Amino acid sequence: MSNEQAQSTFTLDGRRIPFEPGQTIMDAALAAGVYIPHLCHKPGYAPHGSCRVCVVRADGRELSACTAPAAADMSVESEVPDIRALRVAVLQMLFAEGNHVCPACEASGNCTLQAVAYHCGMLTPRFPQRFPRRAVDASHPDVILDHNRCILCELCVRASRDHDGKRVFAVSGRGIASKLIVDAPSGQLGDTDFSADDAAARVCPVGAILPRDAAFRAPIGRRRFDVAPVSRVGDVTPDPDAQWPAVDALEEVTA
Amino acid sequence: MNARNEPAAGGKVRVATASLAGCFGCHMSLLDIDERILDLVELVEFDRTPLTDIKTLGPCDLGLIEGGVANAENVQVLREFRRQCKVLVALGACAVTGGIPAMRNSVPLAECLDEAFVHGMGLANAGIPDDPELPLLLSQVHPIHEVVQVDYFLPGCPPSAEAIWSLLTAVLEGRALHLPLAQLHYD
Repeated sequence: MSNEQAQSTFTLDGRRIPFEPGQTIMDAALAAGVYIPHLCHKPGYAPHGSCRVCVVRADGRELSACTAPAAADMSVESEVPDIRALRVAVLQMLFAEGNHVCPACEASGNCTLQAVAYHCGMLTPRFPQRFPRRAVDASHPDVILDHNRCILCELCVRASRDHDGKRVFAVSGRGIASKLIVDAPSGQLGDTDFSADDAAARVCPVGAILPRDAAFRAPIGRRRFDVAPVSRVGDVTPDPDAQWPAVDALEEVTA
Repeated sequence: MNARNEPAAGGKVRVATASLAGCFGCHMSLLDIDERILDLVELVEFDRTPLTDIKTLGPCDLGLIEGGVANAENVQVLREFRRQCKVLVALGACAVTGGIPAMRNSVPLAECLDEAFVHGMGLANAGIPDDPELPLLLSQVHPIHEVVQVDYFLPGCPPSAEAIWSLLTAVLEGRALHLPLAQLHYD
């Protein structure tokens, strides 16, 4: 143990992680540079705990790392086979529920859902695909809202409410009928005060909120998660000038 | 495991391939293994495949299926592959998920046919084709594992030649598929 008596620690896959009182397991792990897969979580945003991809086993109980407070000497397992299998099952349900057609999606390569599924080693959605019929809202001049790809993480809801002070987005309905709605009587994004400069315009982890002007600026194969894994660049703003090591050079092997 | 790892007669692994509702991109990617194809032909011999133009399917060790299941003929071919092949692989995004052809799934088939053949722009001799030789379309396009049991899944549009090589070596060695991150792609 260290001689910094004031600093409490817990173990994550055997590694000591320091934490401050009030930090979650996720906060402390990301601060220590240790990646725990996540979709609905984002540093600087209120924890949501809805996607369940960040499931870990803490002292024998499965819980979401983004909402569970860190506790002294807690033993947390993350990259172990059965927890990875739970994450793959959650991801498979997300892929089977919506219409996630990676070969036809502008977000492919920049998509966190896809990158996390790569990290977790998902080879197939496995479950019967629902193929829901969902709308594409192209009413806004600068941004397209494609409900086919929405995973209901509510990052845009939180961004608009907490960072933009606008409340453009909300999730309506329950269970399988849940859907993203916008703050306009017409239900159209173009009739809200949403702007392409909003934090909510850049926070979507998938291709549901898609700025029009940036389409295919970077070619497929040279995008954010094509050149570096989500475990390395998952929560940093991509710097277009950064030189990432080629993925080929990485030891990382999926399940 | 039982009989699946037994070598084929003559010591070579007998391989069949088919493209269902696919674009042949996965077959092109298979050819992209370049000079390794010389290693491959030492290990395998081809049965029914567009590469040999053999039209009938015999007992095989390995079947590679590109494309999803979009029509009645796809179902028949896929079921025959499952009957004849000890190991069946879903090769590429369309076989694994339905892919691009499955983007019609949220639109009723009658609407698709109407748009394509009856009321679409620039049509001459409008009318839905009904030649008895045309296989009937299914109401939706399915990933192949919704029709038959599948042993291996390799995503990608198409999977890279390196990923296909990883798959083939895993299958020939009778072990689970482990892909390096650089070979795992859905696009």
